[in-house]
Parts: sequence; C-alpha cells; structure tokens
Amino acid sequence: MQREASGDGKRRVPVLTVKDVSYWYGSKQALKDVSFDVYSGKVTALLGPNGAGKTTLFSLITRLFDASEGVIEIAGRSAAEWGSRALGPLGVVFQQPTLDLDLTVKQNLRYFAALRGLSRKDADKRMEAALAALDMGERIEERVRSLNGGHRRRVEIARALLHSPELLLLDEPTIGLDVPTRSAIVKHIHKLAREDNIGVLWATHLFDEVEEDDDLLVLDRGRIVARGEAKDVVAETGARDLGGAFRLLIGGEAEEDVAA
Amino acid sequence: MSATHLVRAFRGIVWREMLRFLQQRERFFAALVRPLVWLIIFAAGFRAALGISIIPPYETYITYDVYITPGLLAMIQLFNGMQSSLSMVYDREMGSMRVLLTTPLPRWFLLLSRLFASVIVSLFQVYAFIIVAQLVGVQLPPWIPIWTVPVDFWPGELGLVVPPLEYLTVLPALILTGMMFGALGMLLSSTIKQLENFAGIMNFVIFPMFFASSALYPLWKMKEGSLWLYYICLYNPFTWAVELIRFALYRQINWTALSVVVGCLVVFLALSVWAYDPSRGIQQRKAGAAAAA
Repeated sequence: MQREASGDGKRRVPVLTVKDVSYWYGSKQALKDVSFDVYSGKVTALLGPNGAGKTTLFSLITRLFDASEGVIEIAGRSAAEWGSRALGPLGVVFQQPTLDLDLTVKQNLRYFAALRGLSRKDADKRMEAALAALDMGERIEERVRSLNGGHRRRVEIARALLHSPELLLLDEPTIGLDVPTRSAIVKHIHKLAREDNIGVLWATHLFDEVEEDDDLLVLDRGRIVARGEAKDVVAETGARDLGGAFRLLIGGEAEEDVAA
Repeated sequence: MSATHLVRAFRGIVWREMLRFLQQRERFFAALVRPLVWLIIFAAGFRAALGISIIPPYETYITYDVYITPGLLAMIQLFNGMQSSLSMVYDREMGSMRVLLTTPLPRWFLLLSRLFASVIVSLFQVYAFIIVAQLVGVQLPPWIPIWTVPVDFWPGELGLVVPPLEYLTVLPALILTGMMFGALGMLLSSTIKQLENFAGIMNFVIFPMFFASSALYPLWKMKEGSLWLYYICLYNPFTWAVELIRFALYRQINWTALSVVVGCLVVFLALSVWAYDPSRGIQQRKAGAAAAA
C-alpha cells in the first residue's frame, strides 16, 4: 500500500525528480516503479530497512548504475539527455568512506575542487568556510588517516558542499558515529537546507535523524510504501511515533534493522 | 563543460597521482631496484657469455648491459602500468573511484586523465633509472659537458653538464609505451572482479610479456634458439615497445615498432573505456547476494 500524506499546500519546485524507476540485479528486482521528488530547502529522509534498495537508488541517481527503466532529473536535467553533466548540481556523501587516507584534509578537498572545475584560490576560500562551519578548520593540514570516523565524515560533508550543490545526497552518513557527532551532523544538515536552500536526500535507518517537518519516503523491498511530511505519515498510520509508523508500514519485519 | 574545467580536473588528477607517488617512497625504490638487479647482477653474468653483434640502431659492438637497458626501461613502465591499474581496482573496491565518477566529467576523460597521470609518474622512474644506470657504468648517450674540471677523487671530471639530446628524443616513445602499458593495465582492471585476483593476473601478464620479448635477447638470437618462441616474441607488443624505446634512445624511429605500439594503444584504450564499469564490484556483490537469497 502506498500512502501520500498531505503537504503544506505551497507550490514547490523539485531539485530531484525520480519517476517510475525500476532496477534489477540479474533476475532479482531491487527497485519497483519508484517515484518521488526532493525539494529545495527541505530535507527528505529516505527510511528503509537494510536491503530495501536505498543504496541502489543512490547509485542510480549518481549514475554509478544506469537506470534501465524510468527517469531521473537533477535540477531539471535528465541523465539520459545530459549524461555526466547532469551531475553538476549534485553533492554526494557515500555510505562507504571515500577520502584518500594518505592525503591531508586540504589535499583531499583541493583534489575534489579541481574535479569540480574550481580555481585553487576559490577552492581554498570555500574549503576554509565549509570546514569552519563543521568545526574542522583546525584540522585542515592533518592527514585523513589521523582523524577519527566522525571527523572524516565532517570532511566528506564539507567536500560535498565545496561546489555549492543544489542537491545533496547523503547515504547513511552517520553510520558508526557516536551520538553527539551524529546529532551535530543532523543539525548542521538541516541548517544547511534551510539557510542555503539546498535540497537534501538523506538515506537512513535511524528514526531520530528525521525531524517532524522533514519530507519522508519509506522504502521497503524496492517500493515506496509511504511519503509525505514525517508528522503526517505518523498521523496517517495512527502510530505514536515514527518508529511505530515505520513498523506498521513495513509489516513489522524490520525491527532489528532500524533503531530509534 | 568548459575547457578550463577540463584543464583544472586533469591537473587535479595528475597532482593527486604525484602526491600519492611521493608518499609511497618504497614504490619508487622498488621501481628502481628491480631493473637495477637485472642490470647489475644479471647483465654482469651474461656480459661474458653473450656477445651482441652489430644490429640497428647500434653502429658498433655493444656490451650486454647496454643492450638490455631499453628493455628494463620498458619493464619499469610495464610494472608502473600494472601498479596503476591495481590502484584503480583498489579505488573501485574502496569506493574512492565513486568520487571521480560522480563528477560531471565524461568517463573517457577521467580514464584518459588517470592514464596520463600514471605515465607522468612512470617517466620520473624511467629517467631516474637512466641516470643511475649511467652512474653504474652503462655506456648510454653521454651527458654534454658545459664547464668541467678534473678532480682527484672521481674517475673523470666534475662540473656543469646537461643531458644529451637523446633524453629528449626518447620522451615521445616513453609516453607512447607508458600509455600502451597503462591502457593494458586498465583493460585488465576492468575485467578483474576483485582485488585478490589481481596478483595472479599480474604474474600471468608481466613475466611472460617481459621474458618472451626482445628485452633480454635480440630476435635473431631467439630465432636461432627456437622458431616458435621467436614468433611469440615477434607478436608480443612488449617487444615493439622495447624496440621503439631502443631506437628513440639513439635518435632513430623504428616505424614498425611505432605502428604496433600506437595500434595496440588504440585497441587497449578503446576496449578499456568500453569495458570499464565502476559499479562492477557493487553489482556483482549485490547479484551474488540476490542469488544466495
């Protein structure tokens, strides 16, 4: 059953449109007719148990996989028409760490800035601001190998924001982090969305990372089973909280896979 | 996509490869020690046993260490090409390749830039080896003295010298052969499922390519020894890479070698761009998991 909760009635322009996307691994269907939008200035939480298809969906949006069916548009650019150029307005933080451990924070960010076509001067200015916002300004000359998991994550977030993306994809970025670090990252991302008008798609299976006015997508076994503002989704299911709503939506099968 | 963006991205990719190379000093020393062992130990032993008759591009009798030097330069590049593809497999496994592939740059451009970056790294190793080879007494084209003075503590003169022109004429050949080996490595990396499989493939590629070539013995000598081995050497692209370098090191062009190297480069590169699928590891793991479920 797919449920659509009511929004605030305002007309919003999507920064990411996913329409009727399906994907198979061999004969196993991983995504089935997935459709949704992500809007500027909003965090959209993608909630689902392990194996729901969240990482597959991210791989399709980032063109690591080619979508065999359906349309994906980033800021109005479809990957089919624009090819790799469609990824211009996109920033990504993958679930798996992707920093070069042997390089310093600065070298990692400069490398990424060069890939995004930024000049050295502009890159240095932006990286200082992005790192300072994440309380990492002091660590800029340190090797990534010497940083702990939380600090590495912050560097990855700073890196994803260097080129001022319109859409930020976060694939379970807080996995394995302690509660204060997790909480700081969640707050920072919500602030970014509000203040810089960035659309954020945040894949997670941790309920406390979702705020009640976030847009919510619940993905289960490759299907979107609910979408709308988090508080509306909870209200529609009649559950007391998001955890209860989630269990009701996915048939209570994934209690072990999610956490409050 | 502006030209400025492409230039900055290319510079960034080369800069990162250089940084990684500088931080892996053991890689640089391994790259030098390996051919030096061949040059100092192997060549010294064979110097007495093997005489090399006058064959182009040489205009006089040469010693065995002079003969095998171009082959050792090609060996450095072959190892570097394989090392670079190993690093691509590693990047793919570790996920850092995703950073590259989620930028708005065409995939062919990214692969080509990585290839160029790896060739630049190999050139540092090759020139360092040439200098060390000369220091241990191999009679390669000599440095040109600008201002020198004789000294007592050194067998010769010291002063200001500049590299011979041959160092420059060999550069295009080294770029081409480096790219050919890099493209071959890239092709192999795109067919390899996991990092663990890479060592086996390298042994299957590097050693047969090196031994079954004109790196250690001239083709005519190989023909005298074994006709079938001669044909294997003749059709081995490594042979032609060695010959291209050998001739270029003496300011000559071996057109057959040039054609074979360029032809192989185009084929390897086209196949590797076509075959390269960054999601291969992920998809195979997922498909495997799906099949197991």
